[in-house]
Amino acid sequence: MRYIDDTVVKKRMTKRITFNKVWKSLFFLATTFALVMLAILLYRIVTQGVGYLNIDFLTNFASRFADKAGIKAALIGSLWLMGVVAPVSIVLGVGTAIYLEEYAKKNRLNDFIRMNISNLAGVPSIVFGLLGLTIFVRMMELGKSILAAGLTMSLLILPVIIVAAQEAIRAVPNEQREASYGMGATKWQTILRVVLPAAIPGILTGSILALSRAIGETAPLVVIGIPVILQFLPNDLLSQFTALPMQIYDWAKRPQEAFQYVAAAGILVLMIVLLMMNSIAIFIRNKFQKRY
Amino acid sequence: MVVRERFEQELKEVQEQFVEIATNSINALKMSFEALLEQDLEKSLKIIEDDLYINRLEEEINDRVILMIAKQQPVATDLRRLMVLVKAASDMERVGDYAVNIAKETIRLGKEPLIFPTTNLQSMCNKTVEMLESIITAFREEDTVRAKEIAELDDYVDDLYGATVTLLLRAGAESPSHISQFTHLTFVCRHLERSADHATNIAEHLFYLIKGKHYELNN
Amino acid sequence: MVLDFKEEKSVVKSININVKPSAEVAKKVVYDTRNLNLWYGDHHGLKDVNLSIYENEVTAIIGPSGCGKSTYLKTLNRMVELVPIVRTSGEILYRERNILDKNYTVEELRTRVGMVFQKPNPFPKSIYDNIAYGPRIHGIKNKKILDEIVEKSLRGAAIWDEVKDRLNQNAYGLSGGQQQRICIARCLAIEPDVILMDEPTSALDPISTLKVEELVQELKKDYSIVIVTHNMQQAARISDRTAFFLSGEVVEYDKTDVIFQTPADQRTEDYISGRFG
Repeated sequence: MRYIDDTVVKKRMTKRITFNKVWKSLFFLATTFALVMLAILLYRIVTQGVGYLNIDFLTNFASRFADKAGIKAALIGSLWLMGVVAPVSIVLGVGTAIYLEEYAKKNRLNDFIRMNISNLAGVPSIVFGLLGLTIFVRMMELGKSILAAGLTMSLLILPVIIVAAQEAIRAVPNEQREASYGMGATKWQTILRVVLPAAIPGILTGSILALSRAIGETAPLVVIGIPVILQFLPNDLLSQFTALPMQIYDWAKRPQEAFQYVAAAGILVLMIVLLMMNSIAIFIRNKFQKRY
Repeated sequence: MVVRERFEQELKEVQEQFVEIATNSINALKMSFEALLEQDLEKSLKIIEDDLYINRLEEEINDRVILMIAKQQPVATDLRRLMVLVKAASDMERVGDYAVNIAKETIRLGKEPLIFPTTNLQSMCNKTVEMLESIITAFREEDTVRAKEIAELDDYVDDLYGATVTLLLRAGAESPSHISQFTHLTFVCRHLERSADHATNIAEHLFYLIKGKHYELNN
Repeated sequence: MVLDFKEEKSVVKSININVKPSAEVAKKVVYDTRNLNLWYGDHHGLKDVNLSIYENEVTAIIGPSGCGKSTYLKTLNRMVELVPIVRTSGEILYRERNILDKNYTVEELRTRVGMVFQKPNPFPKSIYDNIAYGPRIHGIKNKKILDEIVEKSLRGAAIWDEVKDRLNQNAYGLSGGQQQRICIARCLAIEPDVILMDEPTSALDPISTLKVEELVQELKKDYSIVIVTHNMQQAARISDRTAFFLSGEVVEYDKTDVIFQTPADQRTEDYISGRFG
């Protein structure tokens, strides 16, 4: 006796196949909607900004006149900012991830810590800005400097880096560690020679994506009170500076129409920087990815 | 849950074939002796003919066991059981050959009336058949007690053989004109005694099967 | 019914042909396990294990899944400690020192006792770097010495001829069987005394399996080998002694010839002849 009745199967077949097509179209529409919106946005920005995008724009300081306005201080300032954020967040983040994944014992406290790090990644950036303002700017008296902003940004993206690094470390198969321990290697030798080399593509990809977030983040800088119009470049970590998103924000809120186009040009620069960083991330991932 | 059901089933079939070859050989031996007493040449010829079947049975047991070893890779008792089956089947096949030999002696004797008393030969034959029949049961039940008893019977057959051969030699010396008849009967004696030895061999195999060691049962 | 032959020696003479007294003499003990008990949390994984492992022999450990055979193997180089909830009692003497003693450094032990794992696990590095890994962590930097170790180890694992022209290629480009022999070579590079093998052929095809088995026979001339295997025929083919584990206990431990011919325990017989369950 068979439970599957062939006539019933045949009868329902058309209906089932139709349903399959309907769902497929729905998902396709969802994707298309996002893509179209993105395309419109990009089109607006490129058409508005491309006229202002030239060498002068990159080499001029900010100005009251839209024609003479440049992004030099903000671009260099953002690079300085990354100079602080990248080493601080990667060293702290990877260190934390190594500790949590390789050394920390499985107990409630550590589980609690692990869970909260993931939660921290979801905290609004303005909250981190307030934290930075209180601790770095006021308590540690670093002022509105690159260092204060950099440390704040590091805190902001630290959870993201930790989680990414944890995932990358966890993805290294245990057999690899066992092989190393089995030859008498210590834990540190195993981490240094086996775990990290295998995890580095994942860690770098995660870190670069996190840094991209830091470079585009505005709210913490606003809270700290970074100046917008600067006519000089920073010369050390305690110097004042401005950053790309701040500059764009400032231009965008000006009443003159010409500055809207300047803002669009600024956005283009920011997006090119972001795209470059993401490309590097993808390149690293593809080039160094290990298969087991 | 019965694991290796297939193996068990095949083993059972081969064991049944062993019983078949054993029964056939014993019957052949019995019949060959009857034919000798009755001087029945027809019967003797039939025994010779039927031996082909016994030989084929032995080959079949051999082939099946080889296949089982190759395909199922038995170990320990299972493996010994198969090896012992092959050896015991070969012993039984030899018994069949001795029946053929006796039948041939009967044919050679022809219709010449037997002047030598056959009582001793009869008891030798009875004892040998008893041993061989008993060994089938011992084999089926894997019973070492019975196997040991069978091996002990061999001494009786050996003694009878010694005594009968002496009698035959003496008879030959007394009436040389019948020397060929006595010679043929001496051979019959020899064949019966060898058949009993094969029963003892099988008893020894049975010990090896159960104990995993080699024993010499008739010292 | 079976006779008890202890009382009947006078009647039935037994000729023992499978005992060769000369083989009994002068086998040195490498590992001496005494009353080893092991718990995973509440689970009693190994129960009163007593086992001696001899020099230049292949000792096979067989038993159904979850019988503790792998656990025992991993206790021999204390890899079992990677599971944090493990507790042990009793002692394992390796070359007369108790390795379960807190003062025994695992790194030292694992330099003397190499391990080959179930799944081939080369590092995603070049063949050369795989083999040189062990010597390097033990501080050898001299390129010439490393070259020599790499060649010697690869030759020892019978794979030198297959890979000598591509030492700088990634070990992952090799076949499964070759990878496993690379892992054996990597293990030889730390010049161990004992090699532990945890089902080393379970992920390999039959031909590669036979190659590894041949290799094991070669290796036992210079090393003592303990091998856990699911494959009873393999244990029968390559080992000198076999231990049968069941539910954390050693049911029977004897020469392989005895285990596969005339095991003393019915459970051993049932297991090796495939009648379990």
